[in-house]
Amino acid sequence: MLEVQDLHKRFGGFAAVSGVSFKLEKGTIMAIIGPNGAGKSTLFNLITGHVEPTAGRVLLAGREITGAPPHEICRLGVGRSFQRTNIFPNLTVFECVQAAVLAHHGKGRNFWLRADQLYREQTEALLASLGLADKANSLAGELSHGNQKQIELGIALASDPDILLLDEPTAGMSSGETHETIALIARIAAERGLTLLFTEHDMEVVFSIAAHIAVLHQGRLIAEGTPDEMRRDPEVRRVYLGERS
Amino acid sequence: MSRRPVPWVLVLFLVLLCIPWLGSRLYTFIATDIAILALFALSLNLLLGYTGLVSFGHAAYFGIGAYTTAILMKTYGVPFVVAFPAAGIVAAGFALVFGFFCVRLTKIYFAMLTLAFAQIVWAICFKWNDVTGGEQGMPNVPYPDLGWMSAIPGLGSLRSGDHFYLLVLALVAVAIAALRRIVASPYGRMLSVIRENPERAEFIGINVRLYQLSAFVVAGFFAGLAGGLFGIFNRGVFPDFAYWTKSAEVLIMTILGGMGHFWGPAVGAMVLTLLNQQITSYTEYWPLILGIILIVLLFGFRGGIVGAVVALNRRLRGR
Repeated sequence: MLEVQDLHKRFGGFAAVSGVSFKLEKGTIMAIIGPNGAGKSTLFNLITGHVEPTAGRVLLAGREITGAPPHEICRLGVGRSFQRTNIFPNLTVFECVQAAVLAHHGKGRNFWLRADQLYREQTEALLASLGLADKANSLAGELSHGNQKQIELGIALASDPDILLLDEPTAGMSSGETHETIALIARIAAERGLTLLFTEHDMEVVFSIAAHIAVLHQGRLIAEGTPDEMRRDPEVRRVYLGERS
Repeated sequence: MSRRPVPWVLVLFLVLLCIPWLGSRLYTFIATDIAILALFALSLNLLLGYTGLVSFGHAAYFGIGAYTTAILMKTYGVPFVVAFPAAGIVAAGFALVFGFFCVRLTKIYFAMLTLAFAQIVWAICFKWNDVTGGEQGMPNVPYPDLGWMSAIPGLGSLRSGDHFYLLVLALVAVAIAALRRIVASPYGRMLSVIRENPERAEFIGINVRLYQLSAFVVAGFFAGLAGGLFGIFNRGVFPDFAYWTKSAEVLIMTILGGMGHFWGPAVGAMVLTLLNQQITSYTEYWPLILGIILIVLLFGFRGGIVGAVVALNRRLRGR
């Protein structure tokens, strides 16, 4: 589904990502973990075209997408959420998600129909599945942090992606909210048969839903495998898990 | 409480239609001025309020439209039905070329580049004597032939200035209706999404630069139409039309009226024009008054006049 080959990114003299390679099979859930500054967000930005790699290739379903602009990568079926909440604050929740639905259906060029009449049902169904139906008419920017994270997820899902990249989907949430959100993500991924790649700092979350884990440390991938293998890996324990206990 | 909403826009249009029958040359004159500037300000708001692009050089397209219509009608004797749409099309063409470079920059750099292009337009209008009349501009732009209006029962007794006002009102109304339709369309929604968050917009599959460029062209088109009408109304076109002070004026109108609301800029155009008219008859310190108004506005009423009215209305109903 998604393949990353020997990806490098340097910012000036700093190697944010150096020589990362991995494969993500269709329908799997994979987590990327690593301490702050390990290069997780940069790796995401490289995959989604927000940052151009210094070297290496990114392949989506066998097709090279390295260096393509974000809007094209989105159209090829990659959805993503951002670590820093990234929504449209002065639009209503409904409008935020509906905009993404409109864009996905290529309606953005239509300057004559009335936007508020289009794709109402799809948008409402998506909001309902995220538990946002009662907030549809609130301004997105006025809602709680947890709700905004849900809106982000809604915007990402509105493009009906095949593969979803979530950058710290539970960042800043209380532990209750975290569990709800993770349950929600796991349910939606299963329903839609999504391929999921996510970063997360909460180890409990990672081990509960990821089938596959990759550990990033100082821009390099130091280990990769199932949750059990990762728990046993001495290198991983030393650089990462060890730090937390 | 299911009342049919009052079609305020239609009511307003009908009221404005009656202005010539008040019998005052001055009222017709001011109303024509306001109608044209309202369209100009609304065209800017497509960039400012909807797409989140601050243009400091929107007068360029107003000026280009004005010169296009004036040159076609005066130099080449082209009829108004051709010269008027040509104003929009030529202005949109220039907006496409200038915008191509502008949307490559963001924020203050974008604004500065729009200003730079506008100053180039001004300089060309100022110096290209053979075509634009240079510093002296082009006086005596002919009125369109509106003899047919006198044949309509009820309009025969009106002056030619009144006839032109009715024409302006009809054309501006159509242009504003088109703009209104555009901002409510899926395309308009994409523009507001870009205003809110260009980075995120890119990742719902929107080619942000392309949309920004297209908004620049559409805004240029409507500014050009406004300019085409203004040149005739003013009985002459001058390099000032494209000067940076004109860009600042339309920016002030938009912010004064409120860029967060569709009708805000039109209200701003009206209030600024009327204030200017009234205050300059009492004092020569108009810029001083304008400065004070702006300060009050920016500290007290960020949403402009319409924003303040909407907020007040909401508060009254909420109680």
